[in-house]
Amino acid sequence: MTDFGDAFTTALSLVVTLDPDLAEIVGLSLRVSLGAVAVATVIGLPAGAALALFRFPGRHGAVILLNALMGLPPVVVGLIVYLLLSRAGPLGVLGLLFTPTAMVIAQVLLVAPIVAALTRQVIEDLWAEYEEQLKSLGAGPGRALGMLLWDGRFSLLTAVLAGFGRASAEVGAVMIVGGNIDHVTRVMTTAIALEVSKGDLALALGLGLILIVLSVSVNGAAFLLKEAAERSQTGGPRQVPRGEDPALP
Amino acid sequence: MTDAVNGASILPLDLAGVSFAAGGRRLIKDVTCTFEAGPRTAVIGPNGAGKSLLLRLCHGLIAPAAGRVVWRGARGRDPAPFQAMVFQRPVMLRRSVTANVDAALALRGVPRPERRARTAEVLERTGLARFAHQPARVLSFGEQQKLALARAWALRPQVLFLDEPTASLDPAATHAVEEIIDAIRGAGTRILMTTHDLGQARRMADEIVFLHRGRMLEKAPAADFFAGPRNDLAQAFVRGELLWWRKRPSRDPATEP
Repeated sequence: MTDFGDAFTTALSLVVTLDPDLAEIVGLSLRVSLGAVAVATVIGLPAGAALALFRFPGRHGAVILLNALMGLPPVVVGLIVYLLLSRAGPLGVLGLLFTPTAMVIAQVLLVAPIVAALTRQVIEDLWAEYEEQLKSLGAGPGRALGMLLWDGRFSLLTAVLAGFGRASAEVGAVMIVGGNIDHVTRVMTTAIALEVSKGDLALALGLGLILIVLSVSVNGAAFLLKEAAERSQTGGPRQVPRGEDPALP
Repeated sequence: MTDAVNGASILPLDLAGVSFAAGGRRLIKDVTCTFEAGPRTAVIGPNGAGKSLLLRLCHGLIAPAAGRVVWRGARGRDPAPFQAMVFQRPVMLRRSVTANVDAALALRGVPRPERRARTAEVLERTGLARFAHQPARVLSFGEQQKLALARAWALRPQVLFLDEPTASLDPAATHAVEEIIDAIRGAGTRILMTTHDLGQARRMADEIVFLHRGRMLEKAPAADFFAGPRNDLAQAFVRGELLWWRKRPSRDPATEP
């Protein structure tokens, strides 16, 4: 198993030498995935919250469908977006196929259901706690939606991170709609797939290591951000004001 | 504290043949009564008597299965903004103490400068001013209940519903909460509360409503009630007897098919 040793060496040399091709691939990967997560968050948070708060016929079906969509196969999404964007497709005139925009669109379709489904759960639990109080104050589901999204912000960050995990890890959709074109639509996952098929396992594994480090970094940064914000808002040990110690009689 | 909200009182509150059912069980049975402006009312009765449900029906959080809840003084106005409720478990928004009061006022459409003034005022009066910028959820349970009262007080309601406001508090916190309730009443707010603490009912109420198995068995001035309830079950309850064996469900005509 020299592959692993070679992989580390390759990864290290790519990073140390600041390989311009690598930097380009990493940059595009982050742009596509973070862009898709941003759009999916803007769609998914209100959609998930609305599904949690409003009662309408077919709501149970919608919840089941949404949960099922979390497991949508990337290749199928890629294929559908491919058909929509191809020259002969309904959106062909836009000329988006094999561009980073097409990759973002495909990933939004993969990520938005995850963000929405997890948001629905978070908001539903929060609403169960708040409902009577907010109704007493005169807030129906409509007014409550924004309040609940704000009050659930720390839990909702986890939903967004789950979406980012999906976006940064998937290869099927971006491969189909992006085409893995060098310097145009090549991202980390498609580059790894390509190197594997070319037989350069060390390079593939090296890229894989960098991808994992990237993913851990984004999650770590988000976690620290959440911790800091939460400590200042809701958590941390109870601060006892001067002149009052509950331990004393 | 200035007077309770604008204009004429929405009281009296009429309940006419009010019933409530859930899961096929009738939990409130044919309650008819009138709550006039003025006295403080305590709804008492054993667990499961329907005390909380009665309060929620009056407040409009739940709709009666039969009968009507009418705020006779409302005269076409929406009675909801003139009421507030404090729950047994204080519901704390995941925000600062100040923001908890502010959010409630914002929901009621109070303009921002007035929100700030009212928030500062109620936090001062409830002794919570020193916690103003702390997250509400790190407060102790007693302080959270005080904040829930402060939040309700800031709304300047004409009617304040309190559902077992001191049920899980120690004597010191109970005393503090009762003082706040007194102050709110002093500002002109009608108090309607539930309690299973007879001592609290004696201290806090001018009028007693005795509820048992969803039926209103007695409604009387507190002095008369405690001097000698007319209803035999109420007599037993005041004496501190356990009521569950006094009347089997089969002998209760309301639960028979």
